[in-house]
Amino acid sequence: MEYTVTLLILMGISIILALSLNLITGYCGQISLGHAAFYGAGAYCAAMMTKAGIPFGVALLAGTALAGALGVIVGLASLRVRHDFLAITTMGVGFLFLGVVRKQDWLGGEMGIFAIPDPGLSKTAYMVLVLVLAALVAAFSLYLKRTWMGFAFDAIADDEDTARMVGIDVPRYKLTAFAMGTALAGLAGGLYAHDIKYIGPDSFSFIESITILSMVVIGGIGSVPGVIFAAAALSVLPQWLQFIAEYKLLLYGGLLFAVMRFSPGGLAGMARGMAARARAGGAP
Amino acid sequence: MTAVLEVRGVSVAFGGVQALEDVSFELREGELLGLMGPNGAGKTTAMRAITGVVTPQEGEVRLRGRRLNGLAVERRVRLGLGMSQQIVKPFRSMTVVQNVALAAGAARTANPLGALFQTGRGAETARARELLELVGIGEAADASPSELPLGFLKRLEVARALALDPQLLLLDEPLAGLNQAEAATFADVITGLNRGGLSIILIEHNLGEVLRICSRLVVLDNGRNLKSGAPLEVMADPAVRAAYLGEGGDDAEAG
Repeated sequence: MEYTVTLLILMGISIILALSLNLITGYCGQISLGHAAFYGAGAYCAAMMTKAGIPFGVALLAGTALAGALGVIVGLASLRVRHDFLAITTMGVGFLFLGVVRKQDWLGGEMGIFAIPDPGLSKTAYMVLVLVLAALVAAFSLYLKRTWMGFAFDAIADDEDTARMVGIDVPRYKLTAFAMGTALAGLAGGLYAHDIKYIGPDSFSFIESITILSMVVIGGIGSVPGVIFAAAALSVLPQWLQFIAEYKLLLYGGLLFAVMRFSPGGLAGMARGMAARARAGGAP
Repeated sequence: MTAVLEVRGVSVAFGGVQALEDVSFELREGELLGLMGPNGAGKTTAMRAITGVVTPQEGEVRLRGRRLNGLAVERRVRLGLGMSQQIVKPFRSMTVVQNVALAAGAARTANPLGALFQTGRGAETARARELLELVGIGEAADASPSELPLGFLKRLEVARALALDPQLLLLDEPLAGLNQAEAATFADVITGLNRGGLSIILIEHNLGEVLRICSRLVVLDNGRNLKSGAPLEVMADPAVRAAYLGEGGDDAEAG
């Protein structure tokens, strides 16, 4: 039971994290290879605050706000770059975060932060909190898709220049996507720090950024159910099966490659394809 | 008579190529103005200087007296420039009607935070269907742009521009890709929009339709003003005829 609760917490945090990147990459079409930096910023901020005696709820919100604020700064700097240049820029942001954190003694340097205070909830209550937050983020994502903001994001993801031709202020919308996505990554970070009770630079490395991106791509870029499924599966599989944990990078890398090559719509795209074929009466 | 749009002394150079040199013209209220010239004359560059895609080195563009220089494309669109481009760029991930509905909802997308609290696309979708009927592609409303021929996409561009309720319409070769009958019908649609009070600048190679529907012509050649006036008077000018027959000028395409 205890083990199931641990897995469900991990799953919920991964779902929040993957959905947060889905807002930026899936909805607004802006690739990010440095999402772990914002996850880490939220984690460090919340952990430092509870260690200083500030209540868990306040610390969690502060981590969310700080990550969102950093996201806006990075967004402002990235407004002019597109596609592969944006990928490189965000990758740089990820390394910059690690470089800074490793050298700061007050952030624990290479050793990280130990003995992060308990949020004062039972393990089960913490699980409920995480899962409720994950459900809220999923509900927000689904709502957002139906709004005019979601409609404008669709246009920007499709073709920025044409979006301008219909009067959409592309830079402001991109900035909004960055702010929302990075803030939610910060929320996931605060939850992670108070679940594991230890964080270090290695928890938020480039590999973590790629792991988050694989969840989004494998689930299906932009698809809320697809991303939830992929985040749940990919976070829990390495815990269940030891050999998957050992070959995690190989597995994620292979899946990423296979999806991009054979089903760019991810699992969600595959499911839609199968449903369409079923409706067509099994015709090939 | 008030000018809807004024282009004053605009010069544009791409590297060493002078695409426009001191070009001036104006669009008066209610006019259907044909902007003409042989290939490489600078028509599309002039249009891009108006929309803000290229930045002129000199000169200015004014919309109802308001200077547009330095404003981003989306700001100019919100001030009332509607445009359909020579190279069609539909949103391919959306259906045809969604392409137009997004433009019809420009008031809802003006501000990202405002857009976050607005759902429901019924009114905009209904308006989009009307406009698609108007330009003659109502039957393709629910198709994907990728399934449609060029002539449909040209008209989709025009419907999308109209959905913005513009002060003026810039049309860059809207008749390309249409057969003779479709072109004539669509030229009549353009005339109808103009009669309804919309001021229009038309760039078009279909000379027959231009002469039939435009009330005034501005002819560019080699990036400079060549002639302007009533269609028949302009076409009677020997210099215009020479430019169209390609005498004494190389027609390097300048974007």
